[in-house]
Amino acid sequence: MTDPHHAEPMTSIQPDGFELRVDGSCVLVGGFCASSGLYHFPLQDCCPYTGAFDIERAELATTGSLWGWTTVTTAPPGYEGPVPYGFGVVELDGSALRVITRLTESDPARLAFGARMRLVADVVAPGVAAWAFEVAR
Amino acid sequence: MTPVEIAGVGIHPFGRFDGTSVTQMGVVAVRAALREAGDPTIEAAFCGTAYSGVAAGHKVMGAIACTGMPIVDIEAGCASGAAALQLAAGAIRAGQYESVLVFGIEKMPKGIIRSSFFEPWREQAGLAATPSYFALRAQRLMRERGITKEDLAELVVKNRAHGVHNPNAMFRTAVRSDEVLASRVVCEPLHLWMLCSPNEGAAAVVLRAAPRLGTGSVELAAACLRSHLPGSVLGEATPLAGIDDAAITAPSALAASQAYEQAGLGPDDVDVVECQDTDAARELLAWEELGLCRPGDQAAALRSGEHHLGGRQPVNPSGGLLSKGEPLGASALGQVVELVHQLRGEAGARQVGLARVGLAHTVGRGANASVTIVRRH
Repeated sequence: MTDPHHAEPMTSIQPDGFELRVDGSCVLVGGFCASSGLYHFPLQDCCPYTGAFDIERAELATTGSLWGWTTVTTAPPGYEGPVPYGFGVVELDGSALRVITRLTESDPARLAFGARMRLVADVVAPGVAAWAFEVAR
Repeated sequence: MTPVEIAGVGIHPFGRFDGTSVTQMGVVAVRAALREAGDPTIEAAFCGTAYSGVAAGHKVMGAIACTGMPIVDIEAGCASGAAALQLAAGAIRAGQYESVLVFGIEKMPKGIIRSSFFEPWREQAGLAATPSYFALRAQRLMRERGITKEDLAELVVKNRAHGVHNPNAMFRTAVRSDEVLASRVVCEPLHLWMLCSPNEGAAAVVLRAAPRLGTGSVELAAACLRSHLPGSVLGEATPLAGIDDAAITAPSALAASQAYEQAGLGPDDVDVVECQDTDAARELLAWEELGLCRPGDQAAALRSGEHHLGGRQPVNPSGGLLSKGEPLGASALGQVVELVHQLRGEAGARQVGLARVGLAHTVGRGANASVTIVRRH
């Protein structure tokens, strides 16, 4: 895709699990297992909780509630993006999946348990975006 | 099944030893353990390590001209040494061997632990920062169990006070709560002094079949290793997503209940505990996973002093990983060495009264969790 505001095309850091679309939107792609009734992320061939193979692709809700958060203050090995950055868990609407994610808010004092969150793309390297959640205003 | 006796233990201090190879550290620990055991004929050797490379155990055994027997290297994250112990104990119980050497060695890179567990894209996304997962687990424990940041600092104060008396520890100075809280924030709510340091060291244990356990002998009453059940997003398996985990038993609890059953004991029978304090909150979570306190009773137990030296059931009299540092492969066996010293009454100023039963616990990447129980006869 091409970001209309940037000359460089933006690619997803993990295209199988995080889709960037031409209209500028983005979505996390997981799976739903009919026999276990459980969602998972990222999409696998079999249910990570039961091992069953009746899996269908599922686009996950782009909204949820903040379930955990912290701030990474030192760049960890292999990471070259901005520091500090927010890091946490968002419990998605619908699937109730708890997803590990970057957070656009890096001040932990400005976040609260249960805050409403919304999926966005976050640049982690030139031309590369990862999923992140921002506080829904 | 044949009972297993701990015939000898040895340790190379935990710390930073520039110019000393991981093989040399292993030799120090192994030699000491073999000497204590009366230099028996070793029929098999199991070596726990995560970062030492190919045939690391062979290098140690080769350095002391003790080869020819099977030598097996085992990686199980923070539980590597305990995984080696479990395999060795099982082989003896099954009648395969009479005498087995178990050792753990490590020379960790400095800084945040880099693990080949994470795919490169996950590192690049900033989703592989190990302390940030510890921080999320700490925050959850605080929220759900009524623990404060001051409690986390007090846990550090406890373990560092214990570590003052341990010549094998990396940090041997006591700290105050306000100093802990004044150390820099690594990942809120965890400050630098609330996190253990990856470092270097080695530990070794000689096991032998003991159809009859004499008075004063130390029995390996249980050596259990378990992995995680799927679903917990903040578990040590560190998946990218998870589900409601209220009914999912943690691997440490699985290992503990199996170990108590094998040893025929319960948590109240344990006199002294060495547990995984990767960070201050991890130890407080371990207390409930091991059955040392009820969920939510951590803060009260901490204030009562029952898990301090001199209390009812001291936890981490060695100073824990917060004082010793954590050389992954050596860590679990270092705990066993400490417990054996405690049970023999050889722990000096950190001695726990008349300790008869000791429990050691590790948990980490994998997930892997271990619980080991030792008992003096």
